[in-house]
Amino acid sequence: MPSTNRSTPGVSAGIADRLPKWLVPNLSGLNMVALFIALLLIGLLLVPVAQVMIVAFQDPATGAATLQNFLDFFRTSLFRESFWNSFYVSAMSVVVATAIALPLAYITTRFHFAGSVLIQSLGFIPLIMPPFVGAVAMQLIFGRNGTVNLLLRDYLGFDIPFMEGLNGVILVQSIHYFPFILINLSASLRNIDRSMEEAAQNLGSHGMRLFRRIVFPLAMPGYIAGAALVFIKVFDDLGTPLLLNVNNMLAPQAYLRISSIGISDPMGYVISVILVVFSVLSLWASFLFMRGKDYATVQKGGGGMAKRNLKPAEKMLAYGVVIFILLLVLTPHIGLTLLSFGTIWSFAPLPDGYTLQNYVTMWEGSKSFIMNTLLYAGIAATADVILGTAIAYIVLRTNIFGRKGLDYLATAALAVPGVVLGIGYLRTFHSVDVPFVGEPLASWWVVIALALMIRRLPYALRACMAALQQVSLALEEAAESLGATKKRTIYKIVVPLMKGGLLAGFVTSFATAAVELSATIMLVSSNQDAPLAYGIYLFMQTPSGRGAGAALGVVAVLLVAAGTLASQVIIERDKKAKASADMH
Amino acid sequence: MNLKHLFFSSLAATALAGGTAVAEGSITVITSFPDSMTGPIEAAFEAAHPEYDLEVLNKKTSAGVKYIQEIASDNTADIFWASAPDAFEVLKSDGMLDQVQIASEGIPDMIGAYPLNDPDGYYFGFAGAGYGIMWNERYLKANDLEPAREWAELADPKYHGHVGMSAPSRSGTTHLTVETVLQGDGWDDGWAKWKWIAGNFSTVTERSFGVPDGVNTGSFGLGIVIDFFGFSSKASGFPVDFAYPTITALVPANVAVVKNAPNQQGAIAFVEFLLTPEGQSVLLDPAIMRLPVNPASYANAPEGFPNPFEDSTIGASVKFDVEKSGARYNLVNSMFDVMITYRLDDLRSAVNAIQKAEMKHADGDNAEAKALIAEARGLIEANPIDEATSLDPDFAAIFTKKRRTASDTVEGRQAEVEQEWDAMVVENYRRARELAEQAAAL
Repeated sequence: MPSTNRSTPGVSAGIADRLPKWLVPNLSGLNMVALFIALLLIGLLLVPVAQVMIVAFQDPATGAATLQNFLDFFRTSLFRESFWNSFYVSAMSVVVATAIALPLAYITTRFHFAGSVLIQSLGFIPLIMPPFVGAVAMQLIFGRNGTVNLLLRDYLGFDIPFMEGLNGVILVQSIHYFPFILINLSASLRNIDRSMEEAAQNLGSHGMRLFRRIVFPLAMPGYIAGAALVFIKVFDDLGTPLLLNVNNMLAPQAYLRISSIGISDPMGYVISVILVVFSVLSLWASFLFMRGKDYATVQKGGGGMAKRNLKPAEKMLAYGVVIFILLLVLTPHIGLTLLSFGTIWSFAPLPDGYTLQNYVTMWEGSKSFIMNTLLYAGIAATADVILGTAIAYIVLRTNIFGRKGLDYLATAALAVPGVVLGIGYLRTFHSVDVPFVGEPLASWWVVIALALMIRRLPYALRACMAALQQVSLALEEAAESLGATKKRTIYKIVVPLMKGGLLAGFVTSFATAAVELSATIMLVSSNQDAPLAYGIYLFMQTPSGRGAGAALGVVAVLLVAAGTLASQVIIERDKKAKASADMH
Repeated sequence: MNLKHLFFSSLAATALAGGTAVAEGSITVITSFPDSMTGPIEAAFEAAHPEYDLEVLNKKTSAGVKYIQEIASDNTADIFWASAPDAFEVLKSDGMLDQVQIASEGIPDMIGAYPLNDPDGYYFGFAGAGYGIMWNERYLKANDLEPAREWAELADPKYHGHVGMSAPSRSGTTHLTVETVLQGDGWDDGWAKWKWIAGNFSTVTERSFGVPDGVNTGSFGLGIVIDFFGFSSKASGFPVDFAYPTITALVPANVAVVKNAPNQQGAIAFVEFLLTPEGQSVLLDPAIMRLPVNPASYANAPEGFPNPFEDSTIGASVKFDVEKSGARYNLVNSMFDVMITYRLDDLRSAVNAIQKAEMKHADGDNAEAKALIAEARGLIEANPIDEATSLDPDFAAIFTKKRRTASDTVEGRQAEVEQEWDAMVVENYRRARELAEQAAAL
């Protein structure tokens, strides 16, 4: 491993160079970066969360340190049941999300298929809807008296409980989070070296066997990264179960107990600790699974796997599958669009009438929400990709002490319920005044961007990790043996090869940050600083504001979708450029 | 380039916003009221007092209370403005509110049977609200149902699976509804009534707005809501209506000045404005529809709008005891969650089994079935604690954990107590269902 180097990697040049040598005489640039990131994570994640979580270890009556609360947790049948429900829902969501993502990823990367770019982008859109908005729209379409069930009952005399209890949570979660698998799996499939596949074909493998033995295992890093994200996100997610009024799961139990008026029940905090610990364990399990397997391909394959043409019958089938899946996953958006143009929609398959008034109402009061969202999510996602690349490089390419800790710490942000982070920030930063601005840090708008950055860092990090895992060390060593410095190698070899993954990370972070609500709702200290999701939330709190809220939701989706499509186009163009370069 | 430009202009706009937020004359209001309510009031206030700029910050009541508690060390909020008097009681007892002198004219002392203002002068009622039943006309028609107008009617088997409500631990207004029935009917009968109604629930929503939303969209047919949700939904064109049951309390929605308010003078001006005739008349805006506390304002009300100062049947039958409610506030929330919210499936199936058994033996001839059903009903109605225990300050302290001094200790832990209740409730519901099924088989 060429990791004992003393040179400075590209991403860290600025910070490391500016620090005086005498301050840290024996640390290399890379070590400095690691230290800086560690401090950042401790200050913005560990300390605020610890401020809240310490309650779990305190005797509520005396304030003394105790583990009694944890005993209570395991003695309470409701909590044991909640734990099992959360586990079941998370596992089932991974299964259903895989069933949705795998065909989309495989068909679009493996075959010449018209509209692959469009499908990849459309497939991503479910992620960019605030969970509460998604649940509202899903209820309108699939709910007990939603469009589908009203029609079924009228014409066929029965209905299907899509949205009842845990089933509803699994359905909504799978549709909401499958893009994590899709985006990571597609990136992996694209990066598979064609020569691997050709070698297998030369040796006589084809069809399902080729997929099962060669293609899928090679795409494993992306799949596992995506599946682990889905599992953990579903395990920790609050919004969906709450909106479907399912309480017997862990995250809602924690939230309900922390946020009730005047209640200071320690069990909410205990559950938060358990959520964090369990998520870290799941991640550790996914690392164990990946350990000792080398997935790097020597050559960044000539545009990924060989694409082939589909026979007419296959093409029909493929289109059928893709259209069915897209219809299913775009249901929330179809519902939202109808709602935004509808007048009154009550116990009917469709709205009573259509109007543009909702957009007028929305536009009058929402410009600042949109601007703020672009600003906050932009800052957060940019910072996330930079931090994510740095952490991925440190973890995978160096042996700096405690490097795994960085990864775990950054990823643990996934496990922190937004409301806990929000309360933690208020507690930690309220007494810290920002220089020159003269406000407490907790009510300065930048803190919202910081919270988003921490909350979305794990997404970018997973994408960066998967991207770097597929860059062969041999390429770097080749560059270095040809005389390139470490910095130049990272800048000219590693980062360009990771470009697709980095962009995926940026888009994931940006899109999900743009619709985040649970932490921001605690931190917004004036309506002028409020982001979009908060605006939608405000509209949706009134009977007359539903349409306008939906209109703002549509704007949010379009905005982020445009960004996603643009980055997809860049990835494709990049890939084509490389492919044609290979030809010469 | 365009995007970049957008970013920078946004940056500039945000920086500017940061600048004006602390300018002279700005009043920061923490409120649970929706934009559609705060908007018109803000406009009217700023027109009447151009020297002030109202900065409205919307948070759920519980989050608002938490926010004010968290920022207390360096307070930036001037006004707390919300429905539930309980939330104000919590803030008052934590010393987060300011005792101020408010000048107003023509405002009575009581609305219904409820004192309008805090006797110690920490918070002030500015509008009335009562709890009642809201229903969706289309839904009821499709299911061939009549609207329910009294709480007890909601327990009728024909409404099984058609009723929605929020949990009192989630919504301060719902807590008042629950407590009102407990005080109006008595502890045991009150809880029994809630459990029979809950047996007909379609869902327990997480937010109080989830109930009118569910009725508006037709997810369920009837909802237990605060009146203005019903009035404003109807005013927005939804096919819904609303009725006050006999046992309901009219309670004021309140406003208070936060302790150490950065703009105390502005805060007082805002509270005073709310109580002026112009401030009161804004409440009749179709999107707001709250009951003004100034009787003179009803002259401009639309036809059919209830006037509690003339119609003495609204909210008069229960004298709401704030102290009693405050003493067991968290305990009642916890009991509701343990018995209803978290065990809704068990309760629902037990109640359904009993309804079926009763339907089968409607004539009451089968003595054995009758006895089984009576036993099953008794199991559903059994409460883990009696009223005296609920009012015992030592027991209630388990649920508040607010240690006055470091040396105070509280016996017992909430999780421990809740697990005991949960075990009892789950077993009772299971047994009740079993008995009812036996009775139905006879």
